[in-house]
Amino acid sequence: MANADCIIIQGSNMAECHPVGFQWVAEAKARGAKVIHIDPRFTRTSAVSDKHLPIRAGSDVVLLGALINYVIANDLWFKEYVTAYTNAATLVHEDYRDAEDLGGLFSGFDPEKGAYDNSSWAYDEAEDGSIDEPAGPEHGAEAGARAAGDALGSGGPPLEHAEVLRDDTLQNPRTVFQILKRHYARYTPEMVRDMCGISEADFAYLAKTITENSGRDRTTCFAYAVGWTQHSLGAQFIRAAAILQLLLGNVGRPGGGIMALRGHASIQGSTDIPTLFNLLPGYLPMPSAGRHDTLEEYLAANASKSQKGFWADADAYTISLLKAWWGDAATADNDWAYDYLPRLTGAHGTYETVMSMLRDEVEGYFLLGQNPAVGSAHGRMQRLGMSHLKWLVVRDLNMIESATWWKDGPEIESGELRTEDIETEVFFLPAATHVEKAGSFTQTQRLLQWRHQAVAPPGECQSELQFFYELGHRIREKLADSQDERDRPLLDLTWDYPTDEHGDPDPESVLAEINGRHLTGPDAGKPLSAYTELRADGSTTAGCWIYTGVYAEGINHAASRKPGQEQGPAAPEWGWAWPANRRILYNRASADPAGKPWSERKKYVWWDAEQGKWVGDDVPDFPPTLAPGTKPDPSVGGPAALSGDDPFIMQSDGKGWLFAPKGLVDGPLPTHYEAQESPVANGLYPQQQSPARLKYARKDNLSAPSAGTPGAEVYPFVFTTYRLTEHHTAGGMSRWLPYLSELQPEMFCEVSPELAAERGLEPYGWATIISPRSAIEAKVLVTDRMRPLAVGGHTVHQIGLPYHWGVGSNAVVSGDAANDLLGVTLDPNVQIQESKVASCDIRPGRRPRGKDLLALVAEYQARAGLTIETGNRTVTAPAAEGKDPAGPDGHAEGGGK
Amino acid sequence: MGQLSGPTDPTADAHWEHNHPRKGFFTDTSICIGCKACEVACKEWNHNPQDGNLELLGSSYDNTGSLGASTWRHVAFIEQGQDRIVEARESGRALVSLGMPRIGPPAPAASVPADLAEADTTPPDTADFRWLMSSDVCKHCTHAGCLDVCPTGALFRTEFGTVVVQDDVCNGCGTCVAGCPFGVIERRSNGTVKVSTSREDQHAAHPEVPNAGIAQKCTLCYDRLVADETPACAKACPTTSIKFGDHDDMVEAARERVADLHAKGLTEARLYGANENDGVGGTGSVFLLLDEPEVYGLPPDPRVPTADLPKMYRRAGMAVAGMAAAAALAFLGGRA
Repeated sequence: MANADCIIIQGSNMAECHPVGFQWVAEAKARGAKVIHIDPRFTRTSAVSDKHLPIRAGSDVVLLGALINYVIANDLWFKEYVTAYTNAATLVHEDYRDAEDLGGLFSGFDPEKGAYDNSSWAYDEAEDGSIDEPAGPEHGAEAGARAAGDALGSGGPPLEHAEVLRDDTLQNPRTVFQILKRHYARYTPEMVRDMCGISEADFAYLAKTITENSGRDRTTCFAYAVGWTQHSLGAQFIRAAAILQLLLGNVGRPGGGIMALRGHASIQGSTDIPTLFNLLPGYLPMPSAGRHDTLEEYLAANASKSQKGFWADADAYTISLLKAWWGDAATADNDWAYDYLPRLTGAHGTYETVMSMLRDEVEGYFLLGQNPAVGSAHGRMQRLGMSHLKWLVVRDLNMIESATWWKDGPEIESGELRTEDIETEVFFLPAATHVEKAGSFTQTQRLLQWRHQAVAPPGECQSELQFFYELGHRIREKLADSQDERDRPLLDLTWDYPTDEHGDPDPESVLAEINGRHLTGPDAGKPLSAYTELRADGSTTAGCWIYTGVYAEGINHAASRKPGQEQGPAAPEWGWAWPANRRILYNRASADPAGKPWSERKKYVWWDAEQGKWVGDDVPDFPPTLAPGTKPDPSVGGPAALSGDDPFIMQSDGKGWLFAPKGLVDGPLPTHYEAQESPVANGLYPQQQSPARLKYARKDNLSAPSAGTPGAEVYPFVFTTYRLTEHHTAGGMSRWLPYLSELQPEMFCEVSPELAAERGLEPYGWATIISPRSAIEAKVLVTDRMRPLAVGGHTVHQIGLPYHWGVGSNAVVSGDAANDLLGVTLDPNVQIQESKVASCDIRPGRRPRGKDLLALVAEYQARAGLTIETGNRTVTAPAAEGKDPAGPDGHAEGGGK
Repeated sequence: MGQLSGPTDPTADAHWEHNHPRKGFFTDTSICIGCKACEVACKEWNHNPQDGNLELLGSSYDNTGSLGASTWRHVAFIEQGQDRIVEARESGRALVSLGMPRIGPPAPAASVPADLAEADTTPPDTADFRWLMSSDVCKHCTHAGCLDVCPTGALFRTEFGTVVVQDDVCNGCGTCVAGCPFGVIERRSNGTVKVSTSREDQHAAHPEVPNAGIAQKCTLCYDRLVADETPACAKACPTTSIKFGDHDDMVEAARERVADLHAKGLTEARLYGANENDGVGGTGSVFLLLDEPEVYGLPPDPRVPTADLPKMYRRAGMAVAGMAAAAALAFLGGRA
């Protein structure tokens, strides 16, 4: 980021939530970069930016779409880059129909299942077919249930093969470029004014600043965080930015890209080596019953040997993982113990699991470094769910609210729960802090940084490593005599690490296992040095293929600590970045198709004809000796099929995807839909909300009516939740610390002076905020940092709510939890909850206590006429949607094949 | 006793034989992100107690309020509208004579360095609203009121030119509190809460507050300086808003930064504490502010009480002489 000429921070409050990473923004700014912050609130990030643009929460796709339209309409896209490196020239099948044609729905929508059959979005194929997924199409309903999008963290969606049809003139109406152009044609500055509340002048400033700072000589960087992800179409927000950055040639180049700012120290690491229900390490999907029943089916579904690039070798990554886990018990004869892996039988994400608890389908629950009673959407549902468990284990630094809800939670006060009636047995196990244990953090930039232990954990506190190691040993001891087949996976697991005198396993031995080693040949036993050494024949192991190389030569490269000023621009000897210690992904795109840097100023990786290889400041992200002009036969498949101008080596066709024929379950192009709850009608399509969003129509999960439907006026305001620098998420690491608690001692809400006047809110007095799920109280900060927005002719007020506080009696500071106001509606690609925008009312004074609180919430629900149907229509206006203006034969003009 | 006012080297003035360079901070508020890491790092390193009553203070994101016996770094938050920004820009431009380089529109063209003549002086984009953040700290004055009035010698001038309280000498008389023109030093009341330093006693009853009743303030991490370490606040600052180093270098860097900002049209930037002819002989901690000092709660013209001692002695001397003369005159006159 320090190399950027312009930084757009949108969907993130970087200075407050990533203050340490913000040093790179500060450095870029000191070098003259423009910094623009786009956010509903004026925050500490806005304060040090060149400009702040207030935006209506949830309208980001309109703004990004308008920037895409601006770039195309004004011919400002980076032609050489786009034509060579993206799928702009690729032809899409003639059955495809855009949301523009069908009133906001793409072709293939199945209103019964509320999901898409995406086969019509596929690339065109010679022989009159289309290029499908290798294992055949997966219906959006099934893909959504397993949040299949999570598996795209390191490689792109698979294709049968990469023999695409192209029109390099980009004139064919079925080229991705022409589809893109049509799709965004109505995303205009006027639409931005009417939907986002951003004036045409401000839009012009933004568009001009970005385009003037993109091209051969200059690069623009985007940074986002959960302000983009936590929406019912969160994945599409990021896709929209990716399209814009590809059009401007800002991917794979220094100072370009899209920084996904991860929430805390090792959240990136916790998806690489996943804590998610649907992933195996390195973004290999968790097998699903029915789709992945055999190893052969699993491997065939993950990647085709006929597609381009390194994801075609996913079989080697998978089998090396199975060898790492089950060692000698994994053999060619038993398909490398593939059947030891559990199978997904449906949606088992965190919110689905809580609903299963309420149905008494879940017996026990481990909470490790998580405080869902405060930090997850719909706190009441979380706490009531836990009250149905037989046992609950909370491992944390402090006695967090998720460990004490049974005696001092909000439902005890309201009378919904009585302590003596709760049968859940709660175990609290004290955890070691990060300074009391060694290990690695993987941060935002995929950089692994080693931490050494500073002090031993006090008392009975344990590291996670020790806890799980011991738990595994105890379970295996109990099962030692078992003859039951189902216990084999546990008994055959490789489970042996050297421990210190306190029984804490050596974390470097775990790192070595993750890195992997040779099992056979002259190097048997030696650590692998790169993932390209992995084989599908059982001769290698790797606990997480993308991390292979971190322990090359038996050296812990994550612990490298050479200061940046003592090395070159990419600083390869500080920590270790996956994959292969590359600092910028797809960096072959930093050179032109002939292999020359786009400009001297943005020189990074280039082709050295004399040496016959790629060289530069970073580890080239390309086959090292693949010359720029090479054009292999694409049918050979795998890395060998990559052309000299295919920089996106993890994509199945080697190109950056402007249009996503596969991989997304809610549309191949980002399209604006309103949030589940919105006071504004969708100005672009009759379809109000994302038709493919995951919605849960339940009595305990009511939604506010959207604009134009009866009762919308009962919850007239938008609220958005966020964090403050002074606290850590749900407060487990900050509300128990006096030094942090005193800096932000009380729950508050942020409102504009106009809203305060309208509702009679006193500065620093109390207010009650009511949503269809709950009501909470907060102190009132009246500030010009919150601005009412003029949207589509009326005023939209937004209320800011930090979510750090919770109701309990053990912390230094406590307060009502903002997340209690949220309902559960999820993005279908990755099952993230929509927590950045919802509807509420606000009034002065404290909230009622006890049963009166429930009565207040019920009174609002009754007044708005809420039922479980409210807000949960799949297709908003069936009469206007899904109709193909091209007529019943379904063929638009201009096939051109 | 050394010199009481005007420019001087306080270390030499305090008769240190080994003349370390004077150390100090340069706090550049134009890049402060208000994260308060300085406040926390300071309290952690110095084991200072929590203070305040754990309620919102009613001052934007500032719930600390001011420097005090237990808070040695304080981040102020000020929300301002466009009118105030314009005024600050004007007043900063007018201030260039106050020990700052003469750069900007009102200056004669000849004095503008060539490479800045073409500089873009249009005001920056965020002009309708701003949120100022500034981390305040003890100024470690060249002429320190607290030090000069301390009757017990508990306060002393270190070899780094800083001013430090010796906890075991201070008797809590409080004379220094009135002696500080910035309101920095205070006596620690025992109504505050000691913070446990180990996790075992986290939930124990609040133990006794350390150093209750005696004067406390920033030591510029004297215990770190003697080990050649950076003070905790500067070490923790993620954006280098708090810089630490030799005082002369800090003042130089601050002047350059102001010139740079003026060249970009940000004429609201001005230095605070870098004028060695002010009422405290210049401060050891200098600041780059974006508005009048009063906006940040800083005195516009701080003056150490002892600066007036010579004048007071002169006046008193003149009065004595006058009275003696009058008495003599009366006596002589009576005789006549």
